[in-house]
Amino acid sequence: MSVTQATSPDRLTGGDEEVFVTTNKSVWQRLMANPTAVVSIAALVVLSLSAILAPLLAPGNPLKVTPADRFIPPGLEHFFGTDNLGRDMFKMVLHGGRTSLLVGLIVTVISMGIAVVLGAISGFYRQVDVVLMRLVDGLMAFPGIVLATAAAGIMGPSMTTVITSLSIVLIAPSLRIVRGQVLVVRELQMIEAARSVGVPTLRLFTRYILPAVSSPILVQASFIFSAAVLGEAGLSFIGVGIGPKELSWGNALTEARNYISQAPWIVLFPGLALMLTILALNLLGDSLRDVLDPRLARRR
Amino acid sequence: MTAHSAPMPAEIVVPLAARRTVLEVENLSLSFRNADGLLPIVTDVSFSIREGEAVALVGESGCGKSITASAIMGIAPENAVIGGRIVLNGQEISALGPKDRRKLCGRHMGFIFQEPMTALHPTLSIGRQMTDTLKHNLGLSQSAATQRAAELLDRVGIPRARDILRGYVHELSGGMRQRVMIALAISCGPSLIIADEPTTALDVTIQAQVLDLLEDMRREMDLAMLFITHDLEVVGDFCDRAVVMYAGDVVERGQSADITRHPSHPYARGLIDAVPAHDDGRTRLTPILGTVPPVGQWPEGCRFAPRCGRADEKCRTRPRLETLSQTDVRCWHPLEAGA
Amino acid sequence: MLRYLFKRFLLILPTIFVPLILVFLLLRLSPGDPAGMMLGDQATPEQIAALRTQLGLDQPIWMQFVLWLKGIVTLDLGNSIFFREPVMQIIPRYATVTILLTSVALVLAVVIGVTLGLVSAMNRNKPIDRGVVTTAVLGISLPEFWFALLLIFVFAVTLRWFPVAGYNSPDAGIIAFGATIFLPALALGVRQSALMTRMMRSSMLDVLNEPYITTARAQGLPETTVLGRYAMRTAAMPVVTVAGLSAGYMLGGAVAIEIIFALPGLGRMLVEAVGRRDYPLVEGGVLTISLVLAVLNLLIDLVYALLDPRIRYQ
Repeated sequence: MSVTQATSPDRLTGGDEEVFVTTNKSVWQRLMANPTAVVSIAALVVLSLSAILAPLLAPGNPLKVTPADRFIPPGLEHFFGTDNLGRDMFKMVLHGGRTSLLVGLIVTVISMGIAVVLGAISGFYRQVDVVLMRLVDGLMAFPGIVLATAAAGIMGPSMTTVITSLSIVLIAPSLRIVRGQVLVVRELQMIEAARSVGVPTLRLFTRYILPAVSSPILVQASFIFSAAVLGEAGLSFIGVGIGPKELSWGNALTEARNYISQAPWIVLFPGLALMLTILALNLLGDSLRDVLDPRLARRR
Repeated sequence: MTAHSAPMPAEIVVPLAARRTVLEVENLSLSFRNADGLLPIVTDVSFSIREGEAVALVGESGCGKSITASAIMGIAPENAVIGGRIVLNGQEISALGPKDRRKLCGRHMGFIFQEPMTALHPTLSIGRQMTDTLKHNLGLSQSAATQRAAELLDRVGIPRARDILRGYVHELSGGMRQRVMIALAISCGPSLIIADEPTTALDVTIQAQVLDLLEDMRREMDLAMLFITHDLEVVGDFCDRAVVMYAGDVVERGQSADITRHPSHPYARGLIDAVPAHDDGRTRLTPILGTVPPVGQWPEGCRFAPRCGRADEKCRTRPRLETLSQTDVRCWHPLEAGA
Repeated sequence: MLRYLFKRFLLILPTIFVPLILVFLLLRLSPGDPAGMMLGDQATPEQIAALRTQLGLDQPIWMQFVLWLKGIVTLDLGNSIFFREPVMQIIPRYATVTILLTSVALVLAVVIGVTLGLVSAMNRNKPIDRGVVTTAVLGISLPEFWFALLLIFVFAVTLRWFPVAGYNSPDAGIIAFGATIFLPALALGVRQSALMTRMMRSSMLDVLNEPYITTARAQGLPETTVLGRYAMRTAAMPVVTVAGLSAGYMLGGAVAIEIIFALPGLGRMLVEAVGRRDYPLVEGGVLTISLVLAVLNLLIDLVYALLDPRIRYQ
């Protein structure tokens, strides 16, 4: 965006229009200048650390039942109180975060990885594109949770099932974005030039296409991460997720709903952790978009 | 060419000087309020338009022409701070509140935009847009408004007016769209029409037709017309007087014939030399070097000095708009007439 | 217009078949014998063989696909293993609840989203705008099943304005129905309303910069007409587009919400059918949701065409 265009009075629509200055600062530096990004990254670091360090911060088996300690409200002894089986909620939230974040991370890596490869293929080969895009249409409109429920029923609830079905469902939106970006990028002159001098397709992909689509992928990854965490929690909550033997935020809430009037804290804390994670990831995605593509982000 | 049946009025007999003044703009200034304070966009613009008279507002894009027009209409952005006086038909409208200003729009002032494709609503029918205006401004009933809208389309030379009323802007050709725009602008019988580059977006052949139509309307309705353009040929053929703007300032003002033939301000001269002309034997065009300085980066003194071949030390102080033999000029070193 | 709708219909077909094919493949290709799994450990080999024949599992996979496709086209989905009655008779009982729930949630989401988005856009950068924008970000991050539990705690347990769970059909009267549907619909709609708020706000801000809005003002039309008719007309279109995706998302979210509020809907039925390995019912449920979505998307395309004359002539 040229400065002159943004300030020419004939085009001015308001004095608060931003003037975009292209700087040579790295993405990281620009992110650090964005308060929302800093707060959301800090929140994610704290959440990840507390999940990774859960065995140190809250040692012991989080699923250990202590019937004598049922329904103790939050206090110094149990920061987040205890549930109907006398389990310490603080421990459950910390340990549950391990599963939730791990599933989110794996699903993001798998689905984004597949989306990038398929998106590149789709962007370059017309016939593949037609088929893939119809599949994406079908997957996008259909509620993923229903598919994942059916998958869980057939494959049996487990971590693998959740990761598989969420990955499949979340490929669709990312694939569409990557493919759109590849379509734009491949028309660029440098790509045309590289093709005309016979650069092999694979190298074209790693040297030119991948760097060019990295910005939208980065933005999309944070939204996919948040969708994956939410998806896992939802599936586990209705009992078709990681299975009753494991612990996640969604699982922790399944039982909790039966005791909501006696012990609302059982509902409160796992949900807060969940929401905080999703919020931080969404805010990170928003600010990444602000930083990487100011044109799109102006209004947010 | 035009399909309307109204008889052409006789040539203007009343001399322009004796006609009623419709619009008076005095020391108009406009700034945008932003985080850093006030950002001046237009400083000190004055001119007037009489009944039946066409005045051109000339300059490159970025000179503040359009924003001047929106200030007169009262549709400038909310964060605009406007100074000076605007008098319409004897009433000082710059002193009115926003609601009263809005009431003048349509009824007393009509506006014609550069790009009729985007200036007409994409998903409301032509008829709906016209009758909304007619019903609101003139208090007509739906059927009377439809009747009047059809007559207006007929008058601006649109065949099958009733069908067009049911149609949408994307179904029309560029010239037809601009005719609809003109019909909309004159629909409530305004005394002033502001036309912002009304032909720039059109094909060359259509441009002439639309200009003819505007000329007809001006004569028939005795309209005062403010014509924003960067096309000096249009100024010479179409307008009685011209106001040349540069970087938010009026730099030359006078009879359009004088300005197009013997400009006194180097910028006006530059504008003319940059236009391909077919009659003066020139073989090459002389562009004005550089660009209009962006708002907020205007030089001290004469704002045109950095691009001016005649600039010297004196131009570091700001010249005033002074009356020379024929035109009013803001320049320390004006060109001699005939230069 | 008809051609446009037909084209849209062709585009919607994948929406119906892609999920169904995925479920079909999952069912047939996953390890283990579905018939054996359905009947459980106590079944005799004869019973399993009989069920295999009944389900067509003894046929080669391409033949199964043909039979399955024929079943869908003729709307013969077989019998539920658990209920021992045709799937086509069971589904409508549950589908009604889900469709009602999703519709109410969609209406709530659109009303809340459009209103807040408008208010926000019109007060750009003022405190009220910042408040709405912040609330919308929070709303987008709110897991609906957790929000449902919070709603129950506040409005059902503490304030006792609504029942904690249960369902009254509209036959029981609009108030009785409303009392049992409001909280679930609100919980289901909240994320979508936040999304629509953001969409409406940015769409409105874009439209307010359009020249035709300046024209409407320059014609002297009052601000209420300019915003309410000229700007709304175009600004609402992205929201209409997004409503289709929202509805799809809500049909998924309805699973958890129906379980929490004990609503006898399709989602809860599906989870229970999955638990009982009642595969014909699972397939029927997925098919129904696909069809509901397809019809809904066609309706949205119709609304879109009515709002935008440019589409009608394509």
